[in-house]
Parts: sequence; structure tokens; C-alpha cells
Amino acid sequence: MSVLLNPDFTFIVQGITGREAVNLTRECLDYGAMIVGGVTPGRKGRDVHGVPVFDTVEQVVEHHGSPPDGAVVTVPPAFTKDAVFEAIENGIKLIVVVTERIPRRDVAQMVELANERGARIIGPNCLGLIAPGVGKMGGIGGPAKDAAKAYAAGAVGVMSRSGGMTTEISSTLTAAGLGVSTAISIGGDAIIGSTYAELMPLFEADEQTEAIVIYTEPGGRMEAELVDWLEANGSRLPIVAFMAGRFMDDEEMQGMSFGHAGTIVEGKEDSASEKIARLEAAGIPVVERIDEIPDAVKEKLA
Amino acid sequence: MRFYEYESRRIVERAGIPVTQYGFCTAAAEAREAAERIGGPTVIKSQVLTGGRMKAGGVKFADTPEDAEAHAAEILELKINGHLPVGVLVDPKAEVEQEYYAAVLWDGRAKRPMMLFSDMGGIDIEEVASDHPDHVGRGHLSNLHPISHFHAKEVVSRAGMTGSELNRATAVLVRLAELQRDYDMTLAEINPLARLSNGSFVALDAHMEMEDEAVGRQRKVMTEIGVDLSEPRELYEPSEFERNVKAIDAADHRGVIQGKDHGFRGNLGLVIGAGGGSLTLTDAVRSQGGQPANYAEIGGNPSVAKSKGLAMEVLKKEGVSQIAVMMSIVSNTRVDIVARGVIKACLELGMDPAETIVIFRIPGAWEEEGYRILDKYGVEYVDRSVSMWEAAGRAVAKVQGVAA
Repeated sequence: MSVLLNPDFTFIVQGITGREAVNLTRECLDYGAMIVGGVTPGRKGRDVHGVPVFDTVEQVVEHHGSPPDGAVVTVPPAFTKDAVFEAIENGIKLIVVVTERIPRRDVAQMVELANERGARIIGPNCLGLIAPGVGKMGGIGGPAKDAAKAYAAGAVGVMSRSGGMTTEISSTLTAAGLGVSTAISIGGDAIIGSTYAELMPLFEADEQTEAIVIYTEPGGRMEAELVDWLEANGSRLPIVAFMAGRFMDDEEMQGMSFGHAGTIVEGKEDSASEKIARLEAAGIPVVERIDEIPDAVKEKLA
Repeated sequence: MRFYEYESRRIVERAGIPVTQYGFCTAAAEAREAAERIGGPTVIKSQVLTGGRMKAGGVKFADTPEDAEAHAAEILELKINGHLPVGVLVDPKAEVEQEYYAAVLWDGRAKRPMMLFSDMGGIDIEEVASDHPDHVGRGHLSNLHPISHFHAKEVVSRAGMTGSELNRATAVLVRLAELQRDYDMTLAEINPLARLSNGSFVALDAHMEMEDEAVGRQRKVMTEIGVDLSEPRELYEPSEFERNVKAIDAADHRGVIQGKDHGFRGNLGLVIGAGGGSLTLTDAVRSQGGQPANYAEIGGNPSVAKSKGLAMEVLKKEGVSQIAVMMSIVSNTRVDIVARGVIKACLELGMDPAETIVIFRIPGAWEEEGYRILDKYGVEYVDRSVSMWEAAGRAVAKVQGVAA
């Protein structure tokens, strides 16, 4: 099957009348997504590519007859927390937060409320997720024809802190004939809704997935968390990692942020070399080149 | 965003945590007045954002107001790591019975703020945590539910404290937790927190860091404590390249370009993009023996002018005569627009695009259009079948071929 998405999956787009949201809606619809409504306060009665626009999530739920399965949130940072709270309190269980530059306290509040209500957040500062041939939620992979070119259905689950690199890695896996079960752009911030370790159980339970590829960067403790999770739970899935930003280990780069807000070396444990050592000690090969990923996966599967 | 010590002191004070009767002064005569007001021996501290001021002679003790004035005069002229201080802090030399450590910071793994308290203050907390774990109390806070007194009390008690000290320290820690939350601090630290001979607790030194993303909504507080938001607070002085790229980016809202060259001294100019793609490509160039002249990020869908601007700034850097234009597969950025931009940059600088652009590897949206333009100017390009590593390697080989 796939992770999180399924052929009957329905979702809404909050902030649907924004420029990027309009494009994202088009791309998802073209990929076959069922977008059952959009929300922009004050724009009730309009439509975006045929998707009806409402003032509140409550109205969409009423229109649809039940809470849709998911929401893509793409509203300015100052309003994101409220939009996510609105989705959660209206019974939506999967929320993809595209917005970047949201203060950490707001993100932590969204995540805590989601946990209390049994909902899941992907992002913020992410491109969403795609299950090739099943559905796409967010801008991941771009227009439907481009997404189809880079993402073929297959055996590998992809989790990446970089949205763009999700597509580069998936394209490489597709070209090598391995394909992708589900690819998730998990977001580049210091605090995100779903980490590698938090998503592992889903891939673990997915029959289609036979291996995992993660893209990671310096900063944060998410890799240590993954290693701890593996030690505690074990996994049937071999994992291959790619680490970008090795140059940030240089003395002169300490305290500087590159690429994403969460990519900053604040302590020794956050550095690329430390993370590589930790992952490799746990039996996760960390390759230096994207084009080495398919062979590393095949070797693990053999 | 980092704060000067005197600003941190004001923030702590505002949150209701007792501080010493300090004075922030920008002239030596003011330091004398402050010392007179305080009475008794004082400490004069340089106000810089860099560390190591003690070693550099930026902290001096004064017995009299005259000494305070003389020390302040010296310190105000003393550069520390290349930075002149914005002023001096005049502090009473407090009669300390014991020093403690108190902090509230983000625990990214728990996704919650974490309180830390120790009765062994004044020294490096990581050292205390590893050598004397029973002297460090920890506890997480909810992001949604109110901060309660008992949360702080538990943490202080976990550090092994009891008696009236426990109650007084708890009152400080709970206020520090509220401060961290209300002011969006990534780090709110008091070290040392001192117990004076009369039993009262005061913050002797405080270190505050506010999350950059939250500075906008904290503007009012910042104004009230006298923080100058127009003043840059970078870890280092931005270079001309960095300032110029920033200005080009700010001039046009479409797309984002960023450029950094702090710590980069090579000859291969990089016009590269997307967050993760830029990290990957910078590594790929370096791992294959190349020397990047800069780091860059193209994001979103920048205009031709913006792409051109970035390429021109890279090419204007000393020692750079060639650039590599590379990104991971793009869906938002238009390949043809970047191609136009970088070619225009070469032409405007009187350089031949075919010689100057050693490789163009941006697969994705509008690539056919892009390749057509690149063909016209004879620029070498590759599609997604050539990996990022291989493209970077090609760029390195070409630049070194020229250099050899």
C-alpha cells in the first residue's frame, strides 16, 4: 500500500487562495488528489480550480458530511498556529504544514495539541508527501507530470529534511528501478511534527516498503532519536542515510545556519561527523553521494 | 538573536527576577557616577557579543569611583575579537554566599521547553551534569498548559535543595520559565544566580537568546528595553559579497537568493540552490578537491534579474573567474529563468558564458527551454541522469584544468 495516504484520501487546503496554494491545488488535483474544500476567511463562495472555498474548516466538514482526512496548511507564519488548531479541533487527523519561519513556540504548541487529539503533523517548512500512483499532498515533486517523472511506485520509503532533495533522491531510486513507496518531506525546522523515529512504525507496518532512505543534515538530535528507536524496537527495514552539510564541521562554520532553520551546529552532538558515527554504529550506512544510494539499498536488500 | 549582557539584565529584571543595582554606561564619567551610586567596590565589564572578554582584559575590578572611571575609559577603547564594546556594565562586587545555575531552553527531542537547575553555579553546566549529576535538576514544561509553581519546585528539589533556599530559588526559576515562553527565547540562562549574605537571590549574569523568527512579534518589548533592531548582530562582520547579495534579494520579492562567503576562500564560484541541494553540492565540490569561493542558495522562483545578480556578485569576487550553476531537481524554480540570468551576468561582465560557466546542472521545470538557451551560448549542461556528485566533479576538473 503506502504510508498515510490511500486512494480514498480526502483533504482540504487552508489558505487556498494564496498564489502558491493555487498552484499546489492544481498540481495535487492533476495527480488525482481529492481536495474537498479550501479555506480562506472572507472568501466563502469562490472556487479554486473547481474546489469550493469556505470561511471556516467547520463549514467544509459540514459540506463534506464528515471531517476530511487531511489538511495542507499554507498561510502566513503569524496565522499558522491558529489554522492548525482549527484543523485539529475540527477532527482532521493529518496536517501538512508548508509554511516556513514559524516561531518554535507556535510549532511546539501545534504538535502538543495534535498529540492530545490523536492527530499528526508533517512539517512545518516542508513540501508534503507523495505515494506514487496513490496520491500527493503538498507541492512535493511539483506539477503532476514532473512528479510522475521523478516518482515511480516501488519499495523504498523516503524521509527527508529537505523538500528538494526528497525529489532528487526519489528520482535516483526511480531511475535505478527501485521506486518509492511513500516519500515524506518532514521539514527543515528545529522542531517538527513527525521525526524519522515517529514515522518508522508506519513504514514498518506498510507491506510495500522494503527499505528506508533518509536524508539528513547537521543540527538537532533526530538521528540519535532514530538510533534509540531502532535499539528499543528493532526493524525489519534496512536503512540507508545520506548526510549533507559535512563542510559545516569546519571550525569557522560553528554557530552558522545553512540551508534550513534547524541546520545549525550548536553542540558537538549536532555535527555531521558525530551523526555519521552514531548512524554507522547502529548499522546504518551513510553514503557520501546521492548516486550511491540505490546500490547501498540493493546491497542491504540482497 | 543575541543580547548584550546589559540587555539580558534588563529582560531578567522586567520578568521580576531580582538583579544587582547595575549601571550601563557609554562614557567613563558615567561609570564613575554609577560606581558612586552603587557605593563600595565594583566590577567594570565590557559589553560585546563575543566571548573571551575576561581573557582579553574586558573585565576589571575597581575599589573606588575613580578606579571605575579609569577602567571604563580603557575598556571602552579595547577591541575584543575585533569588536569595540557598545558600553560598559558597572556592577557591585556582590557578597556571595553561594552560586547557582538556572536555565530554560528548548529540548528539540521532547519538543518542549526544559528547565535546568543546579546548586553548583558559576561553572560550565555540562561539566557539572557529567561530573555531579545529582546536583542537576531537570524538568519539561507543557507548551499548552499553564506553567505552575510546582514544576519549578520539583526541578529545584531534584538538584538536592530544600529549606528556604528551595522556596527562593523556585520563585526565580518559575519566572525564568515564564520569561522563556513569553519572550520566545531559545535560551534563557542565569549563571551565576547568587545567594547573598542576607539570604536573597539575585541574577549576577544572564544570557538570553531570542528566536530570530519571533523578533517581529517581540518588537514592543525590544523597544521598551532599548534594543536597537537596526544594528546587525551577526557572529561576524558581513562581507561586501554578503551585503550585496542581501540587497539584491531584498529589492525583488520573487524567489529568494542567499550568499555567504565567511570561511570560503576558493576559486570556484557557486551559483547553487535549494536548501538541501546547496549543502549537498558544497560537500560534493569539496570532497572532490574543489575549493568553493562561496556558499549560495537559490530558492523559490527568482526573476532573471535576481539570478543574474547572484551570478554577478559571485563572479566579482576576487580570484573567481568561473562559476558552476547547479541545483537538485527543481519543481518551483524555473530552469530557463536561471539560465537566462547567469548568461546575462557573464555578458554584462564582458565574459564568455561558454568559458565562464563550467557546468549547468539544474534539471526540472522548464528544462527544455533552459537547454535551448544554454545551447545557443555553448554552455555545457547536463540533465538529471548526471548526478549532483558527477556534475560537481566536472566543475572541479574544469576549474583545475584552467588553473593548471
